[in-house]
Amino acid sequence: MIEIVSRERCIACDRCVEVCPRNVFDRGADGVPVIARQADCQTCFMCEAYCPADALFVAPLAHPARPDSPLRDEDRLAAAGLLGSYRREIGWGRGRTPGARFAVGPELPATPPPIVTTVTTRTEIGEGIGDTISEEVTR
Amino acid sequence: MTRPLELTTDVLVIGGGPAATWAALKAAQAGADVVLADKGYCGTSGAAASAGTGIWYVEPDPEAREKAMASREALGGYLADRRWMVRVLDQTYAGVNELATAGRYPFPIVDGRPLRRGVQGPEYMRRMRILVRRAGVRILDHSPVTELLVAADGSVAGAAGHRLQTDEPYRVRAAAVVLATGGCAFLSGTLGCHVNTGDGHLMAAELGAELSGMEFSNAYAIAPEFTTLTKTAYYSFATFYREDGSVLEGAGSTRGRSVIARALLREKVYCVLDRADAETQAKMRLGQPNFFLTFDRLGIDPFTQRFPITLLLEGTVRGTGGIRVVSEDCATSVPGLYVAGDAATRELICGGFTGGGSHNAAWAIASGAWAGQGAARYAASLGPAANRRPATGAGGAGLRPTGAPDRNLGHRDVVAAVQAEVLPYDKNYLRHGDRLTPALEALHGVWREVRAGLHGTGADAVRTRQAAAMTAHARWMYTAALARTESRGMHKREDYPDQDPAWRHRLLVGGLDEPWTRPDEVAPVGPEEFAALGSPGLAGTSGAYLRAAS
Ligand SMILES: Cc1cc2nc3c(=O)[nH]c(=O)nc-3n(C[C@H](O)[C@H](O)[C@H](O)COP(=O)(O)OP(=O)(O)OC[C@H]3O[C@@H](n4cnc5c(N)ncnc54)[C@H](O)[C@@H]3O)c2cc1C
Ligand code: SF4
Ligand code: SF4
Repeated sequence: MIEIVSRERCIACDRCVEVCPRNVFDRGADGVPVIARQADCQTCFMCEAYCPADALFVAPLAHPARPDSPLRDEDRLAAAGLLGSYRREIGWGRGRTPGARFAVGPELPATPPPIVTTVTTRTEIGEGIGDTISEEVTR
Repeated sequence: MTRPLELTTDVLVIGGGPAATWAALKAAQAGADVVLADKGYCGTSGAAASAGTGIWYVEPDPEAREKAMASREALGGYLADRRWMVRVLDQTYAGVNELATAGRYPFPIVDGRPLRRGVQGPEYMRRMRILVRRAGVRILDHSPVTELLVAADGSVAGAAGHRLQTDEPYRVRAAAVVLATGGCAFLSGTLGCHVNTGDGHLMAAELGAELSGMEFSNAYAIAPEFTTLTKTAYYSFATFYREDGSVLEGAGSTRGRSVIARALLREKVYCVLDRADAETQAKMRLGQPNFFLTFDRLGIDPFTQRFPITLLLEGTVRGTGGIRVVSEDCATSVPGLYVAGDAATRELICGGFTGGGSHNAAWAIASGAWAGQGAARYAASLGPAANRRPATGAGGAGLRPTGAPDRNLGHRDVVAAVQAEVLPYDKNYLRHGDRLTPALEALHGVWREVRAGLHGTGADAVRTRQAAAMTAHARWMYTAALARTESRGMHKREDYPDQDPAWRHRLLVGGLDEPWTRPDEVAPVGPEEFAALGSPGLAGTSGAYLRAAS
């Protein structure tokens, strides 16, 4: 769900208010949009794709992140390069080539998965943001 | 009460996804004045915008076309119609090429040639919006339609709804209407589908339209647990595991999804995309960047680390059921009402098995184009008098209760009650008459309450109507599922595990307070019937060909 509208980055263009298909944002009194109806957010990442200032962050969860979640920590997310990452991936923004130009996926395997019987151990979610949120995902 | 904003037009298109934009574009190109009203924002709203879709785009080469048509017929239980496949392949080919040229969509170039078999949702829908605007279509964003308007003779005369950002009611008088509201995913949380609540189906049924293929409505997609990212294709690179680390045998993205569903009833299921080598991994990122948003943001390496998964219901979004189409221009049985995309039945091209994985996207383009053109022709035939017809609102459930509004009945309760019957795997996916019957009974009970007492005004009416539409949708789904006493396509009955040749026909369903079913008198045209027709195309067959052909 949408978690962050960066006050620092936002240029108050209201694009997110306009494009969010679920009408989640309201115009803010000072120009910075407000997440007015978070419960309506469908975690579709579209607002991020359209934000010209990389000021939005949509956590990849279908429920609100916990108040102390790293998915709400703007500095940390910015440092990890996650603000504006979707826009970068799809190649939107001045001087970028649309990602659609390179979107050639792999051939899907025709065979069913092999029957394996090895036992793997439970994943330890790695370094960085992941370790603190693994619990959030599996709750 | 505020005086509603009132517009008049030749063709009103309801929806803002691929089907709606193709309809609006083609209606405008045919000379009609067009208004497009979307619940969300045309360009980001609907199942395709945030996803990215493979398209049934096949070069007009007889061998390639034959292969394309044959590939899914058995899977769909031979309910598809080859004559429609031929038309859809032609129209899709033309449409995608128009998107490439007029729309300047940046298709990838492989070996010097453009590869046009798929699109990225955000880019595709952004370009469609531009095309539609350039064609002079008036777009109403954030303007969900809550009901159709009907003329005295029963034909459609426009629609009414509520503009969310200005909080004002509105009405559009129109000579013809195209319904392109998408399928219904029951607010299950699947990617981009919160707007897909089956509103169009309810509105059409209120005017007497029938539905078809509603038993083929139990598409479930794989997503990492607690996320919305339903991209099943890439799970063909996965191995699935139980909690204890042992492999869940037989589990898979295509045939093994019911194994996963069964396991999920008891325990958590994990997966690793461990069958993708480094080169494949890189290609996967290029192909569907949003697939990786979840993993990158949660710090999971999906190729080496196990992560829990779930199955999310996509109902009639990636199912095939929808409003019945009665002629080549995608008219419904209601005069002036046309239907396109997921709102329409896709049995015509994919029978009883999900049209996802390319057929749906192709159907949205082709049916959209035909519905838009059909609506424009119909509007022209009525002339300017059309919008002088007296028109009244046709919306019932959720808008105009038959009894006193029930203050204790909120739309959230209704949605929760419907979800309790349609989301569980052991009811909808692993189907059995013993479980479907009580589920349908419960849904009938919900409907009775909705009909008698659910009420909303203004923006709230949008929500009560959605709740009503989901209730109606679920009842048609299970009414048809109980009637079809066999397993065919995606409809699998544990109590009738085999395909029954006597059931090789489509099933119509309809009705509001008393749902009914009836076999479709139009026989599907499979490969053999098609060969017997001795004609590869449809040239000159015109509207008559929807009549019984066997
Ligand atoms: C994750 C995912 C992946 C998919 N991948 C593929 C694929 O690879 N290949 C394929 O063929 N198909 C795929 N599909 C299916 C494909 O996206 C749909 O078939 C396609 O989007 C249908 O287009 P549509 O215009 O009919 O509906 P949608 O795109 O769902 O659009 C419906 C529109 O109607 C609007 N609307 C709804 N109710 C109202 C109302 N009351 N008033 C006004 N507007 C309303 C919505 O806002 C929306 O704009 C996928 C679907 C999903 C969810
Ligand atoms: S993720 Fe989608 S629904 Fe949520 S705020 Fe952004 S655009 Fe709106
Ligand atoms: S789109 Fe980005 S920059 Fe524009 S108002 Fe929204 S958050 Fe601010």
